[in-house]
Amino acid sequence: MPANVLTDGIQPARLTPAEYEQNFADLHAPLDPHEALVAADRCYFCHDAPCITACPTEIDIPLFIRQIATGTPEAAARTIFDQNILGGMCARVCPTETLCEQACVREAAEGKPVLIGQLQRYATDILMDKAVHPFERAALSGKKIAVVGAGPAGLAAAHRLAMLGHDVVVMDARAKSGGLNEYGIAAYKSTDDFAAREVDWLLQIGGIEIKHGMAFGRDVTLADLQLEYDAVFLGMGLGGVNGLGLEGADKSGMSDAVDFIADLRQASDLSALPVGRDVVVIGGGMTAVDAAVQAKLLGALNVTLVYRRSRARMNASVYEQDLAASKGVRIITNASPVAVHGNGTVREVEFEYTDDDLTPTGQTVRLAADQVFAAIGQTLQGEDLPKLERGKIKVSATGLTSLKGVWAGGDCATGGDDLTVTAVAEGRDAALDIHASLMGGA
Amino acid sequence: MADLTTDFIGIKSPNPFWLASAPPTDKEYNVRRAFEAGWGGVVWKTLGSEGPPVVNVNGPRYGAIYGADRRLLGLNNIELITDRDLFTNLEEIKRVKADYPDRAIIVSLMVPCEEEAWKAILPLVEDTGADGIELNFGCPHGMSERGMGAAVGQVPEYIEMVTRWCKQYYSKPVIVKLTPNITDVRKPAAAAHRGGADAVSLINTINSITSVNLDTMSPEPSIDGKGTHGGYCGPAVKPIAMSMVSEIARAEATAGMPISGIGGITTWRDAAEFMALGCGNVQVCTAAMTYGFKIVREMISGLSQWMDEKGYTDTSQFVGMAVPNTTDWQYLNLNYIAKAVIDQDLCISCGRCFAACEDTSHQAIAMSEDRTFTVIDEECVACNLCVNVCPVENCITMEEMATGAIDPRTGRVVEAEYANWTTHPNNPAATAAE
Ligand SMILES: Cc1cc2nc3c(=O)[nH]c(=O)nc-3n(C[C@H](O)[C@H](O)[C@H](O)COP(=O)(O)OP(=O)(O)OC[C@H]3O[C@@H](n4cnc5c(N)ncnc54)[C@H](O)[C@@H]3O)c2cc1C
Ligand SMILES: Cc1cc2nc3c(=O)[nH]c(=O)nc-3n(C[C@H](O)[C@H](O)[C@H](O)COP(=O)(O)O)c2cc1C
Ligand code: SF4
Ligand code: SF4
Ligand code: SF4
Repeated sequence: MPANVLTDGIQPARLTPAEYEQNFADLHAPLDPHEALVAADRCYFCHDAPCITACPTEIDIPLFIRQIATGTPEAAARTIFDQNILGGMCARVCPTETLCEQACVREAAEGKPVLIGQLQRYATDILMDKAVHPFERAALSGKKIAVVGAGPAGLAAAHRLAMLGHDVVVMDARAKSGGLNEYGIAAYKSTDDFAAREVDWLLQIGGIEIKHGMAFGRDVTLADLQLEYDAVFLGMGLGGVNGLGLEGADKSGMSDAVDFIADLRQASDLSALPVGRDVVVIGGGMTAVDAAVQAKLLGALNVTLVYRRSRARMNASVYEQDLAASKGVRIITNASPVAVHGNGTVREVEFEYTDDDLTPTGQTVRLAADQVFAAIGQTLQGEDLPKLERGKIKVSATGLTSLKGVWAGGDCATGGDDLTVTAVAEGRDAALDIHASLMGGA
Repeated sequence: MADLTTDFIGIKSPNPFWLASAPPTDKEYNVRRAFEAGWGGVVWKTLGSEGPPVVNVNGPRYGAIYGADRRLLGLNNIELITDRDLFTNLEEIKRVKADYPDRAIIVSLMVPCEEEAWKAILPLVEDTGADGIELNFGCPHGMSERGMGAAVGQVPEYIEMVTRWCKQYYSKPVIVKLTPNITDVRKPAAAAHRGGADAVSLINTINSITSVNLDTMSPEPSIDGKGTHGGYCGPAVKPIAMSMVSEIARAEATAGMPISGIGGITTWRDAAEFMALGCGNVQVCTAAMTYGFKIVREMISGLSQWMDEKGYTDTSQFVGMAVPNTTDWQYLNLNYIAKAVIDQDLCISCGRCFAACEDTSHQAIAMSEDRTFTVIDEECVACNLCVNVCPVENCITMEEMATGAIDPRTGRVVEAEYANWTTHPNNPAATAAE
């Protein structure tokens, strides 16, 4: 008998092909042209608009929405890409409810913001579907810049540098570009291989060479790069994960949420991907929510997300929490893991109730589990890096590290939230600063 | 519930809402259904002389202007008068009138500007038992090229002459429908009055090109690559129509002449506004063409609710009530001083008032670091632009300054007395006030 949602253990093919397709379709269907016009019409074209300030890349939102409203979505897309070359991905993955749409005056007025994210997707899809690249490179500068990491930060930096006339070599340890866009973002946010298509489209600018399978620290050192290139940008994200540090955490069935998600993102056939019947996710951020939701969508019967502090302290936005709840994920708060039970294979996880200061109460609860994902934070990996601060590379407002000629941005660097859009902003700004410092005075 | 029965120039109808002469009234089938839906009367689609009827284009005859969510704001048409046989129309009119004696049926007419033509058609119309006729001196396209419609309506002498023939050869009320495609609408209205018309109706449609196709470079609607101007109607024309109505209501030569108001009437409120400006009833075309006959139910319920709230028991009680308050600019009280006031609880900090006032007006709105917007009384001239651009209703209001207070903009005391431009010291033609 084939597996279904009731089959115990970690099993593939719990659902029908139609269910997989439906579960992993676009979270928000794209707006059709009429919906886009209606949505665009709601924008007030605010003066010095608060939504712009709330966007880490400071896209001129009222301008691009007006360009949609007047029937020129291609011009709107250009306004977006001027500030944010990954505007297509950001339109899909930005937690707009805590960024631009939270700041929208119509959110204040009636609790219904202008659909900025969906309008951004509408405009960028139209231009990208035409397979034209809207930018050209400036006259070549003869400078050569190394970028470590082909994630959002590295790609944004590379694109801007190429546009300004510099040649860029990007090295990435993995086989594909895109960083977490390719390996981390929830599948229903980036459908139809969008991450890879976006990278191809971005590279049309020219002047960017990507070397895959090249690991910084293993295949090349910072000193090598400093020697060989005119400037270095570090955008390697957070490659390591925090461990649970629990007894029994090595039992089979225990894994890291980011690995589970990466496998899911790379799976060509979702039905081949096994998932537990009783899944427990430990953590309270976006990664925890994504792992929990996708486990549920893969056909797990019970998915419980357990966070050690209260709901208000969760890093996942209220919107994300609600999304999880709507997909059937149970959220338990104020419970810290204390032990993993089972004979070689996990059977139960034991939690102790804790308050927001993590004071133990001595009272525990056990949850049945045949699969457990830890999502309790990622860490920076690597040696001989510029000076760190709180576990990340310390940078100035424009991304300059403690080392001359070395910039950094994205998740690996201090400053800003760990979001795609923040990584893009930091990559772009570092590129502008690199350009200014290389061409300085000229 | 207020009684909406209306007596307009002796023609009774159960409510003041008539369908204007246009496609909704082009045939028996439509008119019966309109009456069933509740319309008080119809002006039948304009009839022409006996003989082969006019032909319409066989491509698109409408163009449109849209607001948000494709709300139709303005419609443009290049349709001509009825393209159905005269006698078919007359028979239908007779049948419908016999079946609906309590509803008003007016027959719209447009025949060449010759006495014989009118003499020929009027007895035929008389025979239908319809309640009156409306002379279509307004159609601005097609017919006007043949010396009819607006071509007559633009020459007061012709209006007077034709009206006189009609009063001579027809026994029931004659309404003259005016074109807005003219510099001073009081002139044709006065001519109709001199000719003996019982009433005027206005407006017919306004010359218009609604859009140009930027690929084919043809105006729309495009017939085989070419377009022509059409007649504009719908919500967009209401302000123009109301101004013209008010001019006729106020003019000495036509004061008190009954008016049937037309142009953009879409809701009970639009109708009430036209009536307040002096219209004894109203006619509707585009709203019915956009939403169907059923809208009259909202018009009826809305008007009677408002009349109940105001204590009016008969429509005649508020007809013309706004006319005495419609005046020339020179008689507006220059001692009335107001200031814009922003309600900070309602304000959503969009900054539109700031952009408008700062960029295009009087730099009278201050914006703070935390996006608080406040009016600078020293600069505010009370122009109302901020009120008009603010997306939040009642967020900015115009507050009158109390007598005796000092206007911080001018440093002058607010006077109690009314004083207008005719006596203002800056007016070289002022008649000495002191
Ligand atoms: C599961 C998950 C879901 C998320 N969902 C969202 C979301 O919905 N919305 C949102 O805005 N943000 C989300 N984020 C956060 C977002 O993905 C990151 O903030 C963003 O990708 C950071 O970009 P980056 O370029 O700094 O790093 P990354 O995207 O991590 O890219 C780093 C790149 O560097 C490469 N690399 C790493 N080490 C080396 C090395 N030693 N040598 C060479 N190359 C190396 C990696 O292979 C990778 O390609 C999510 C994160 C996770 C983990
Ligand atoms: C398609 C169309 C045809 C019309 N035909 C006539 C007509 O035959 N006779 C006439 O007097 N007015 C005609 N009109 C003008 C209307 O009666 C009316 O005056 C005008 O549309 C303004 O009113 P509204 O804004 O309610 O539509 C026509 C209007 C339209 C839209
Ligand atoms: S805040 Fe909202 S309404 Fe104002 S410009 Fe931005 S999207 Fe438009
Ligand atoms: S209803 Fe539409 S399709 Fe039919 S004749 Fe009129 S415009 Fe043409
Ligand atoms: S336009 Fe209205 S809502 Fe917007 S800032 Fe001004 S007062 Fe506030």
